[in-house]
This record gives sequence, C-alpha cells and structure tokens, in this order.
Amino acid sequence: MARYDSILDTAGDTPLVGLPNLSPAGDVRLWAKLEDRNPTGSIKDRAALSMLAAAEADGLLKPGSTILEPTSGNTGIALALVSRLRGYRLICVMPENTSEERRQLLELYGAKVVPSPAAGGSNQAVAVARRLAAENPDWVMLDQYSNAANAAAHTATTGPELLRDLPTITHLVAGLGTTGTLMGTGRFLRENVPGVKIVAAEPRYGELVYGLRNLDEGFVPELYDEKVLHRRISVGTADALRRTRQLVQDEGVFAGPSTGAVLHAALVVAGEAVKAGERADIVVIVADAGWKYLSTGAYSGSLEEAAEALDGQLWA
Amino acid sequence: MSVEVRIPTILRTHTGGEKIVTGSGDTLSALFTDLDLRHNGLSGRVITDEGALHRFVNVYVNDEDVRFTGGLGTKLSDGDSVTILPAVAGG
Repeated sequence: MARYDSILDTAGDTPLVGLPNLSPAGDVRLWAKLEDRNPTGSIKDRAALSMLAAAEADGLLKPGSTILEPTSGNTGIALALVSRLRGYRLICVMPENTSEERRQLLELYGAKVVPSPAAGGSNQAVAVARRLAAENPDWVMLDQYSNAANAAAHTATTGPELLRDLPTITHLVAGLGTTGTLMGTGRFLRENVPGVKIVAAEPRYGELVYGLRNLDEGFVPELYDEKVLHRRISVGTADALRRTRQLVQDEGVFAGPSTGAVLHAALVVAGEAVKAGERADIVVIVADAGWKYLSTGAYSGSLEEAAEALDGQLWA
Repeated sequence: MSVEVRIPTILRTHTGGEKIVTGSGDTLSALFTDLDLRHNGLSGRVITDEGALHRFVNVYVNDEDVRFTGGLGTKLSDGDSVTILPAVAGG
C-alpha cells in the first residue's frame, strides 16, 4: 500500500538497499538505509515528529506557539514542515557556515532563521538558542541534543525496521551529530541482536571549524551515552567526499557528504571482517541525499578542489 | 619510535604554533608525558589531574576515538598518528 493521508504519514519505513558493488565479499555485505526518503529528505523527520508529538502530549504546544531550535539544517527543515502544517511558528538558530540550500528550504517552509557566527559552529548555535530560550520563556525549545524523544524515535521505528529487513545484521554504522540516531537505534539493536556492533562515524571538519573553540566550552549532547557505542571513527573531509562520490559512481546512491563519512567507516569495518574471515551484514545509514549540498562544490571538479571548498563548512 | 600528533589551533600556544609535533611512548599516557617535556602545559589541557581525558576533548589514534580503545592506556606503535580535537555539536 503506497497511499497516505498526508505527507507526514510517509515518514519512516524507508528502503534498505544492498550495495553489491561496494561489498567486499559474498558474506561481507553492505546495506544502505535510505533516510532521504522521508518527507523533508532526511532522517531528522523521525526525530522532529517524535519530539513534536511528545511536546504536544505534554501540553507544551498550541496552535500559534513559537518553537525555537538550534540546528545545522536537517532538524530545522524537518521541524519547519510539521510546524507549517500544524500552525506553529519556528525560529531556527543556524551557523552561518552551512549550505545556502538549507537556509532557502527553511525559509520556504516558513521558518525564521537567526544566524549564529561561523567561528562558533554548532556549539555557538546551541548557546545562542539557549540564551534566546531563557529570554523568551513562552517559546518552546525542543532541544534535539537533550530531548529523549529524539532517540526514542529510533528505538521505536529505525531499529525495528532494520531488524525486520535484515535479521542477520552484525553492524550498524551511522553519523554522530545529536547522537539520537545511534543512541536510539543502537539501544534497540543491542537488546534484540546478540553480538551486534554499534559504530559511530564522526565528521572531522577542516581546521577553520575548530579554529577558535575553547576546550572548556566544548559540547557533548546530553543524549550521548558512550556505553551504547562499540567504536567511534573520525573521518576527514577528503575521505568523506571520496566515498560520497564512490557511492554514486558504484551504486547509484546520491547521498550527502555525511553519508560518505559513514560509508568510509563501514568499509573499515568490512575490510576487518574479510581479514578475520567473519561474515558481516553492515548497515550504512544514509542520513540525507546530496541535493542540499550541490552549491558547496562537493560533487564537481577534482576531489582536492571539492575538499578545499568544503573545508570550512559544517558538512554533516 | 615516533608518533605524529596533530594539535588543534587552540593548543598551539603550547607548541610554539606548530600544527604537528612528534613524540614517543608505548601508550597514549606515556606519549603525553613525553610531549609535556618539550611542550609545557599541553598534557594538562588534555588530561585532568585525576588522569582522565577532559570531557570536551577528543583524542584519536589513527582515526579511532581512544575512549573506545583503552583510553589513555591505548597502545601506540611507531608511525601511528594521534589527533586532538575539541568536541563539537552536530544535528
């Protein structure tokens, strides 16, 4: 059945597709979960719907309410769609060094964008939003970094979908941002699949992004519980871009740069499985497609040029 | 044995502005002890007085977060690459 009552009802239940050309052996296979097939084109639709449903159930939101959220893009876009349909006003605090498409999409859905300084990155966006929330007590800040409904969305949907579609799963590899995807899906899989390994692929941005960070004012999302993970692999801009292009070229899957980082980590895991002579079914979470990043230069010109163009940006 | 260590901008005051320094040690802990001999104060910015990693600092050996590979006890080999980075938000 492919008929739905509204666009929001199409969230979740995304396809899991094999990556036969990238899989290194017949018994070491990679699978891509296509989260770009959600209403606003990213995995964040799951978190946004879950956080809004929880806030509504708690009586925090009424039509006309103002929602405030720090976001580097996808969560904001996901919240913007639901806010538009349910009659909420949305204000997103977003670092200046994110792609132009994200800003345009947010504004198209009717959200107001408050820019935060590029030098402070997402950490500063969080700080600015928390300050605005304190100054405007009637605004509702869902706070994806600490909101349990973010991770719970994945325990309730993403995890069970993976178990249903790939009962032989051995590894989950996903990007580490709010940590909601890995915490929620990871907890479900650890409870239901003996021996499953939960692997985080963490973007390692260019120097400019970390440039002025004070180590004492760093940020670790409240949702993060390192006990859920088995491993955390840092992936630089050049490797992420190389894998993003390889995914299109070898498998025809057009994904955003963060997926390139996830694929890179998945191939590390796959290579080790081959070496150890162990079977593996490795899930690669494709958080979004590449459309929103075309203007960054990620997909055109040489890899070196693309990596340089993307170096100062928050590409995941 | 020699290990390459990538230093984030914010810590380069301890390395005379150097982006990459080298050091030695069989473990990460021994490496930081060695580094501190030439780069005074560097170790204290990464490791707490209690001997743990500072909460907002991430350290990687060959791209693997050391919190999952034995922390400061993580074993090092000649030619390994160590990266120190501030924790940043995503999403």
